[in-house]
Amino acid sequence: MSDNPTANFKQVHHSVTKIDAKQLALGKDSYVGDLAPREALIVKMLWSPHPHARITSINVSKAEKMPGVKAVLWHGNVPRNIHCTAGQGYPEPSPYDTFIFDTKVRHVGDRVAAVAAETAEQAEAALKKITVKYELLEPVFTIDEAMAEDAPIIHDEPEAYVPIPIPYDPKKNLVAMVGCEAGDFDQGMQDADFTFDDTYETPYAQHCPIEPYTSLAHVDSAGRIVITTSTQVPFHCRRIVAQALGLPVQKIRVIKPRIGGGFGSKQEILLEDIVALVALRTGRPAFWQFTREENFITGRTRHPIRVRLRAGIKKDGTITAIGMDCWNNTGAYGGHGLTVVSCCGSKVLPLYRCDNIHFDGKVLYTNLPVGGAYRGFGATQAFFAMESTIDKMADAIGMDPLEFRRQNHIQSGDSSPIFAALGEGKEGTPMTIDSCALDDCIAKGAEAIGWDKRTDWRDKTGRYRRGIGMACLMQGSSIPHIDMGGASIKINEDGSFNLLVGATDLGTGSDTVLAQIAAEELATTTDKMIVYSSDTDMTPFDVGAYASSTTYLSGEASRKAAADAKRQILKTGAEILGLPVDQVQCVASHVQNTDGSQKVSYGDIACYALYSKNQYQIIGTGSHFTEKSPPPFAAHYAEIEVDTWTGLIRVLQYVSTIDCGTAINPALCEGQTEGGTLNGISYALTEQYLFTNGRMTNPSFAEYHIFSMRDKPPIKAILVPSYEHSGPFGAKSVSEICINGPAPVFANAIYNATGARLYEFPFMPEKVLKAIQAVKA
Amino acid sequence: MKKNPQTVQFTINGESKTFITEPDEKLLDLLRREGYKGAKFGCGQGTCGSCTVLMDGRAVYSCLLYAMQVEGHEIRTIESIGTHDNPSEFQQELIDGGAVQCGYCIPGMIMSATALMENETHFDDETVREYMDGNLCRCTGYEKIWSALRRVLDRQEAQNTQS
Repeated sequence: MSDNPTANFKQVHHSVTKIDAKQLALGKDSYVGDLAPREALIVKMLWSPHPHARITSINVSKAEKMPGVKAVLWHGNVPRNIHCTAGQGYPEPSPYDTFIFDTKVRHVGDRVAAVAAETAEQAEAALKKITVKYELLEPVFTIDEAMAEDAPIIHDEPEAYVPIPIPYDPKKNLVAMVGCEAGDFDQGMQDADFTFDDTYETPYAQHCPIEPYTSLAHVDSAGRIVITTSTQVPFHCRRIVAQALGLPVQKIRVIKPRIGGGFGSKQEILLEDIVALVALRTGRPAFWQFTREENFITGRTRHPIRVRLRAGIKKDGTITAIGMDCWNNTGAYGGHGLTVVSCCGSKVLPLYRCDNIHFDGKVLYTNLPVGGAYRGFGATQAFFAMESTIDKMADAIGMDPLEFRRQNHIQSGDSSPIFAALGEGKEGTPMTIDSCALDDCIAKGAEAIGWDKRTDWRDKTGRYRRGIGMACLMQGSSIPHIDMGGASIKINEDGSFNLLVGATDLGTGSDTVLAQIAAEELATTTDKMIVYSSDTDMTPFDVGAYASSTTYLSGEASRKAAADAKRQILKTGAEILGLPVDQVQCVASHVQNTDGSQKVSYGDIACYALYSKNQYQIIGTGSHFTEKSPPPFAAHYAEIEVDTWTGLIRVLQYVSTIDCGTAINPALCEGQTEGGTLNGISYALTEQYLFTNGRMTNPSFAEYHIFSMRDKPPIKAILVPSYEHSGPFGAKSVSEICINGPAPVFANAIYNATGARLYEFPFMPEKVLKAIQAVKA
Repeated sequence: MKKNPQTVQFTINGESKTFITEPDEKLLDLLRREGYKGAKFGCGQGTCGSCTVLMDGRAVYSCLLYAMQVEGHEIRTIESIGTHDNPSEFQQELIDGGAVQCGYCIPGMIMSATALMENETHFDDETVREYMDGNLCRCTGYEKIWSALRRVLDRQEAQNTQS
């Protein structure tokens, strides 16, 4: 950049206080659970104890007569409308394979019947009185079993289909297939001096928001259903509930209050159809909150993916071929299956320059927990493979892995054939990289971790061995020509503004970020913004909080709305001042002439417009969809110490750099980076689903360990500036990318410490020890 | 012994109150039913800490305690700490430091920190970790919560040394 546009920013690029921080720190009523009225009925669900079975009979008559019970719902008394629970654009790139209740159960934790009662205890007592007879079917637990000849068919319901033209073959348990080729992969492999062919496996994981899934519904005085819910996708929620219940969208209002974390898990409609039905049937408010166990067993998870990575390089470090084959286990239902596996390719393969690329993704049903959206969304899984193999490439030619990455990574002005080839259920969008500060990320991270002191593993001896590893990463910012966000903004008498956005703040701080963007555009201050978000009756549409889209996409919608309001403010201000509109400007909440000798405040302009003359409401609207999805970039580093006697890993220091374009709110960007990084660290080292016959056996924080304050290693987040011209005030996305780093960084650090290369994680001590022993042998 | 097993009497945020309860009702459920909703349900298993309240000055998981177990004791909740006009020192540091993301864990964090500040005079890192280890956060990576708390504790320790 010749000049620095961020230097003149007064609202964005500042760590403005998060606007809801105080109410949350005070513990004020904010979340769905805080808003449930005392008279709300409590919903509880009977879940399938079997991974794969047909329900041959259900008897709910005893349950219906139990004390306090007001409704029992099961497949015999609810609408049977096929739909998809994944909150995505419409029509979804996911199969319609779900009913409110079905005659078949497809995983342990699938719905069987719901009870609504006066108290939780009464509801639970009634569940015990429901008798269900099952015909047990052979379960399918692995992708190999799912692909086998004559494999049991998990989705044999005739209604299942996918609403867009993509391959879907449920008789073969095939949810989706996607692939692309660039150049000549086979030729690229033949031209290589060294070739690689490794298979990596990534595990199940749960998002573990501290607030479990929670929903509340009531029927208002006009007979409409009001759903207050912990969701990342309020507008998709309205559409999907309407579809499942067979009601018009008009009949439903969805409100998202403050949300206790989501990370992708709440991009799914898992409770809202049931509370809506209970409210409709009983006329009473209905409240349903998952237990922690339910959050693990029937909540959404990260898709486990097998990645076979083949690649070839020349002795000089040129990458001649990259081939990635992915098998995605989507569990019992297919939501997000295709899009997650597409992102394995689209968010990973463009990172390194290569002319000959092969990508193939397959998505398969199994009788295991259901995969969904999870921060990182396929990139997390595929980067483990890619960044491990990149290290192996550098090792093979005796090059510093940092230099190898620097030599090969994508730069400003570059493109990749993958951008055009891989979209979400359709072709992608060609894109040339504008902002890319990955070189700076690499340099700053290397300095912070002390890359210079890194030595070869063969030089290391003793029980405790230290190693340093790194990885480079990218993601995207929204989905081009698919995602859309809207905003409106109107002025009040004191010069404050109501900013209404469809965008969904799930704890990330997006309400604050969007207010900063609107305030910057309007030349006022963020504290003048009254933000109201995510209410399908009140705010404009937005697809919701996913695909790293809110700052980049909804931010631009907010900027456009503010610019629209600003034009009106300038016009009315000029009218008051008696000046031509081209001779006034907005400065510090005033409209003024060039030298500031004549000016009028926004408050006075609002009063004039509302009460005095030529009256009208100053109100701006804006919508935005994107033409591209500019990647944020990151370089991650860690120094670890491996106990070669036990396999235990201690993380000494983690450095997480990020190029997110302009950091609209640096403190919040750091917070996203630190939080996502620790989530990734925890995922790489300890988090795992343990199964017995398809049942997860460790559904609690006591047995599924997420990192606490004591476990936390020092994490240094470094924001590396760049300027993305297509984004609001130069911004790109920030939230997802950081979770992709820890697994490959640790794999590479373990190798650097011990010479042991691991192809699956979490890196539990026994697994690491076994790999170390294999090196010695 | 309690006279009436259907009620429980205890001091809540300085006020002595009697509540109707059931023998199997958890303290968290009673508190939330009676409007003390700052304590959150996160796991119901005594593992996440979002339900943390103080019982006689000690941080406890209100999702594990039966309401009747607090008969005669002193309970303090987040509702006793700070107001919009006058937040506590730690609350202000959390707000200023960008340490509140989704915020669901924050009331519990504040209660654990209150126990720490009231029961200890020296706040070495290990002691702080001991007090705060039972409060899980999935958003922040703890970095900004930790540094906000450290700022408060360092000031308090300096004051303790002076006085």
